[in-house]
Amino acid sequence: MRDLHCPNCGGRSRDEFSFGGELPTIPDSVTNVEARNVDYVWFFDNLDGASTERWFHDGGCRRWLTVQRDTHRDVVVER
Amino acid sequence: MNEFVETLLEIPWHEPKRAYDVIVIGGGGHGLSAAYHLAERHGITNVAVIEGNYIGSGNSGRNTTIIRSNYGVPESVRFYQHSVDLYRRLEEETGCWIMHSTRGLMWRVHTASGMRGERARAMLNTACGTDTYMIGPDEARKLCPQLDVTGGGRYEVRGGSYHPGGASARHDRVVWAYAQGAAQRGVHIIQHTPVTGLLQSPDGSRVTGVMTPSGPISAGMVLSAVGGNVTKVMDMAGVRIPVRTHPLQAFVTNAFAPEFPSIVSSLELLTYVSQTARGQLLMGAEFEAQPTYSMQTSFSTLANVSAKVAVILPFVKGLRILRQWTGICDVSADFSPIMGPTGVDGLCVTTGWGTWGFKAIPASGEQLAEYIATGSVPSLIRPFGLERFAADHPLADQGSTGTR
Repeated sequence: MRDLHCPNCGGRSRDEFSFGGELPTIPDSVTNVEARNVDYVWFFDNLDGASTERWFHDGGCRRWLTVQRDTHRDVVVER
Repeated sequence: MNEFVETLLEIPWHEPKRAYDVIVIGGGGHGLSAAYHLAERHGITNVAVIEGNYIGSGNSGRNTTIIRSNYGVPESVRFYQHSVDLYRRLEEETGCWIMHSTRGLMWRVHTASGMRGERARAMLNTACGTDTYMIGPDEARKLCPQLDVTGGGRYEVRGGSYHPGGASARHDRVVWAYAQGAAQRGVHIIQHTPVTGLLQSPDGSRVTGVMTPSGPISAGMVLSAVGGNVTKVMDMAGVRIPVRTHPLQAFVTNAFAPEFPSIVSSLELLTYVSQTARGQLLMGAEFEAQPTYSMQTSFSTLANVSAKVAVILPFVKGLRILRQWTGICDVSADFSPIMGPTGVDGLCVTTGWGTWGFKAIPASGEQLAEYIATGSVPSLIRPFGLERFAADHPLADQGSTGTR
């Protein structure tokens, strides 16, 4: 399944990549500096839908890429 | 008698009342156990368990039914040991047969560093009142004759830790035992009723009930015992939680006659194998790294796990795979569960059960029921509060999850 597109290597199998985490977002409602730090370190949006993430192409060019993945269906929607 | 004989599970349908003392969201093992203990230990019977599907349809029906307490931080060892003890008494207490069998759990190790880690864990377990001890390859083979201790030449078994208290039970029957016990004491179990929102006081400081398709239901206390979808429920009250939802796959082979005595798992290969009461071999591995709410199963997992298990237990090559399934696990940031108040009045939570929730069903329900009844968090689960992250006291225990 060539469902991940690497800017260097082109469409490749998901097995070649490893998940590097979502781009962290902290809601504006969290205003306290301390609370924002705690949120940054520990908490997750855990979105059910389009999520912007970093992936690492460790089975190929060994470079990072940013992808949009639909976490509801576990498919990459935009690259 | 075998497990195909239908149990007489009688869960009467109740039209939801307008108000309850306690509403539990999620009719899995954890939710039903909390409701059962509220009714049984504390006499609080004006309780509703609201389940979007049928009871036990979520992760309670998708786990690998292993009960053990060989964890890596003292708080967890004590908590899970209590749960193992409660499981042992569960059949007697509820009068329901849950097919509980204590058979011992062997954790194989293939490297020198793994041996150091296991020795440390065994010593910690002993110090905290759980029986775990180190064994050598010969003893490992004596405990499990099917084991290839040379590991096909690549994964030689150097030894391992043995946890005699390791057990397994039938997952559905645990759910049904608690459901039946709760229903008999007057708890309403309302199935096929999803919670669509939380009712809040005008200033948003207090949760006063839940919204369902059949109307609002108010409650003095709402407990979220939701699995993979917990973030959505917490979002309804504006509570942020350190949980991500990861898929975990498992599968079973056809049934076979020769007895496979113990539960076997491997520290480096990240797999675990046990024989179910039906005689099928149940295998699983680590959860997948990327979060998702999808319950899609994959051939690559099937192939990887089968290959890993075949290295240690060559006889599995002759078996066929019957079923494969995926659960979506609520995995917390420090790989330990989160139980207790949420910071919003009237809402408490039990989550972060990731890949280690089945074994905790009795203890988590009992302790949360005590919290709801008395208003103070029992000392056994006080370290597992949501506030531990802000206080910088995480219970980092990834190595003991057995999955990663």
